[in-house]
Amino acid sequence: MKTIVEILKEIRPEFDFTASHDFINDGMLDSFDMVTLVAALDKNYGISIPGTDIVPENFQSLQTIEELLRKSGAKP
Amino acid sequence: MNFVFHRKRISGLLTVVPANERSFTEEMKNFNFPEARSLKLKEVMGYDKRRLVEPGVCVSDLAVFGVQHLFDQGLLKPDEIDALFLVTQSPDHFMPPTSNIIQGRLGLKPDVFCLDISQGCAGFVIGLIQAFLLLEQEEIRKVVLINADVLSRKASPKDRNINPLIGDAASITILERDVQDSVIHATLKMDGSRAEALIIPAGGMRMPSTSDTAMLEEVGDNNLRAKDHLFMDGAAIFNFVQVEVPPLIEGLLARAGVSKDSVDYFFCHQPNRFMLEKLADKMKIPHDRMPNNVVEHFGNSSGATIPTAITFNLRERLLHENLQVCLAGFGAGLTWSAMLISLGNVNFNTIIEYK
Repeated sequence: MKTIVEILKEIRPEFDFTASHDFINDGMLDSFDMVTLVAALDKNYGISIPGTDIVPENFQSLQTIEELLRKSGAKP
Repeated sequence: MNFVFHRKRISGLLTVVPANERSFTEEMKNFNFPEARSLKLKEVMGYDKRRLVEPGVCVSDLAVFGVQHLFDQGLLKPDEIDALFLVTQSPDHFMPPTSNIIQGRLGLKPDVFCLDISQGCAGFVIGLIQAFLLLEQEEIRKVVLINADVLSRKASPKDRNINPLIGDAASITILERDVQDSVIHATLKMDGSRAEALIIPAGGMRMPSTSDTAMLEEVGDNNLRAKDHLFMDGAAIFNFVQVEVPPLIEGLLARAGVSKDSVDYFFCHQPNRFMLEKLADKMKIPHDRMPNNVVEHFGNSSGATIPTAITFNLRERLLHENLQVCLAGFGAGLTWSAMLISLGNVNFNTIIEYK
């Protein structure tokens, strides 16, 4: 199973996601990247992140993405 | 707002798609965007092939071609048509109504009720509601409902958010009274306070088209768009669909006393594969019972996508079978609507190409 950072690097290889606490305001993820990320996380963790949770606040940092995954039923 | 109709039916469906097919992998070079990211988006959203009209082709051209095909095949007679409704967001002109133009070009009798309805992606269910209401009148025996749009002509070629998903099409649906005691349930909601989430800002009387409104502007994410072009707040529309559509459908089914399991198919508007998969997951409906393959084959043609999904996925099956289907449209307005209807034993259910 891939880590969140590995998945993020596949989507935007030009950024260091461990060095930012606000992926959205730092311009590292746009709305289409969020969609691509959700599809990759769903596949990786065997879940379906609810559509109503696909909002920028949930994709700001590694911590908020981890929290989203927990809420969506992903097993660590 | 809820509706119940008795003894009405859909007796035929025809989809007209332009013969001109474009491929996303060829078109993605037009966008100022890395190819690898475009290909990821293609996989998730289902962008692949789409059908577009050639320059100058209008809604009435697709509509006349389709209805004339039905005449030529003996599937519809001109004198049978008592009403002709056109649902479109891309009429031939401000004035006159495009439905009148279609009537004139087809040589239909003067004793016919032509009406343009300005609705988009929710427009199939809205057109059906209007047609079924009119069929309550004794003298109205057959209604031709046309959902048609050529919105590719209003999409910026440099806007990756909109352009790859748009397709052009017309659907022609025949509505009439049913000898069976069929019951149709429908529901409809509107919220004009969110109208700007899906809008063509210029070209109407509020902001007439000028050389300024035709100028491409940088609008973020390396996209270029003019005020004459179609704008969609993708995040707002996505959230709108995920929040509003499930309770709309669940309320409709509850009023009809029908469980989700007894609905054979959920034919929703087709914005993209990802949005429909998320909608199906939220409603706990298996993906194969909520088809999402229209965008990848034809593009999103606004109000024509639901009938296109029906003609493309059911084809000859609908000639011999009766299926319980739930239809759901959502989009410009904002407007969202759903209908539970028994669909089947139709006279035709097919797709033709406009050349």
